[in-house]
Amino acid sequence: MATENTIILDGAGVKRALTRIAHEVLERNKGVKDLVLVGIRTGGVHLAHELSLRLEEIEGEKVPVGAVDITLYRDDIKGHAEHLPVGKTEIPFSIEGKKVVLVDDVLFTGRTIRAAMDAIMDHGRPSCIQLAVLVDRGHRDLPIRADFVGRNVPTSLKENITVAFDAANKPTEVVLEK
Amino acid sequence: MPFKHKDIIGLQDLTREEIELLLNTAENLKEINERDIKKVPTLRGKTVVNLFYEASTRTRTSFEIAAKRLSADTINITASTSSVTKGETLSDTARNVLAMKPDIIVMRHAISGAHHYLAQRVSCSVINAGDGAHEHPSQGLLDMLTMRQKFGSLEGLKVAIVGDITHSRVARSNIYGLTKMGANVFLAGPPTMMPPGIERLGNVTVCNDMREAVADADVVMMLRIQLERQGKTLLPTLKEYSRYFGLNNHVLQLAKKDAMVMHPGPINRGVELCSHVADGDQSHILKQVENGVAVRMSMLYHVSGGELATE
Repeated sequence: MATENTIILDGAGVKRALTRIAHEVLERNKGVKDLVLVGIRTGGVHLAHELSLRLEEIEGEKVPVGAVDITLYRDDIKGHAEHLPVGKTEIPFSIEGKKVVLVDDVLFTGRTIRAAMDAIMDHGRPSCIQLAVLVDRGHRDLPIRADFVGRNVPTSLKENITVAFDAANKPTEVVLEK
Repeated sequence: MPFKHKDIIGLQDLTREEIELLLNTAENLKEINERDIKKVPTLRGKTVVNLFYEASTRTRTSFEIAAKRLSADTINITASTSSVTKGETLSDTARNVLAMKPDIIVMRHAISGAHHYLAQRVSCSVINAGDGAHEHPSQGLLDMLTMRQKFGSLEGLKVAIVGDITHSRVARSNIYGLTKMGANVFLAGPPTMMPPGIERLGNVTVCNDMREAVADADVVMMLRIQLERQGKTLLPTLKEYSRYFGLNNHVLQLAKKDAMVMHPGPINRGVELCSHVADGDQSHILKQVENGVAVRMSMLYHVSGGELATE
């Protein structure tokens, strides 16, 4: 089957979107005090590091970045013929009372976000969790919405969205595959 | 790399890639044991039955903790307090346990091959927690994980295994696992406790003298002399055994400078391991126990892949 690819965001577009999200995060939280970023493996972790760089550029202060692997929290684990490899969850700081910005590349059904929130709650009680995504493609199964969105892309269920990263884990483009 | 087994009976049945997957998963699961809330919901609603026909503290407790940290429900059946003492056969016990719909049976049994027999008769997963003198895969995996944490890779390591090889399921699982991962295994023990032909299992060298096996080794693994069983008939005296095959600081000096000392426990202090070595800096015995929980979580996780895996 021939696939048709459309570039939703190119390299510069991704950068602009992340810069805008960084500003929105700062505006909403009035700075970086008590702020931590937690990326969802694997794309979300790369984006969280990008976001952290921008926050540091703007505010001159480092924002800690953690990584969460949601494999153990999936709700569809019984349906798999074999279990997926488990990635490492690394949250090397306390999230107790912190404002957590959860970062993912694509927001789709919302099930990944539900799993990630459960995973975070198992590490402590943050004062709040906000959600930042590069692309929101719709089709939610759960009552979940993003606080910060790079680009809203209406899609059909047959389509697929991928965020490409280069060897240094920098986002290069967002592609819609039909 | 998917894991496609319903059961884990032994490391003999697993490929190098499957062993690597189990170890990688265990490495990533370790973090859960460090958390304040030591629990993830992965196996919620699954039932794990620990069916132990032989005495065990470490393995049974470790499997139980592993299952609980993955949110499975666990039930322990110890043969000495069950209907087995009334003469029930393994297959009858299994059928009755099965009627209560467990998802995983973790079993220890005195007869080699009991798990193979059981796995063919039940639809749920079977994990071997030790069968006779055959295999003890979770111990083999946790030993390999402990070595890998120190050396990064098992490729090319010299591992000395010393003691009663004939009756040791720990030795067999380690031999199968380590040789698959590219390590060189050297065995030493009294001739009455060295099975003929063991070197045919792979990259295995049999040494008559313990010092030959330990010389320049990266890992020295001491096996327990099973005082309750063979200890009485296959050895003239424990003192003599200890003199020729016990690990003390003198012998340990022959190994590499930072060589690891391992023991599957429980230790017979002063027999196979002197207290200086058991409690010394090079001893990784408690690290082995710690890794045991993560390894068993990994095993439970990978066998419970769902119905499709059983087809």
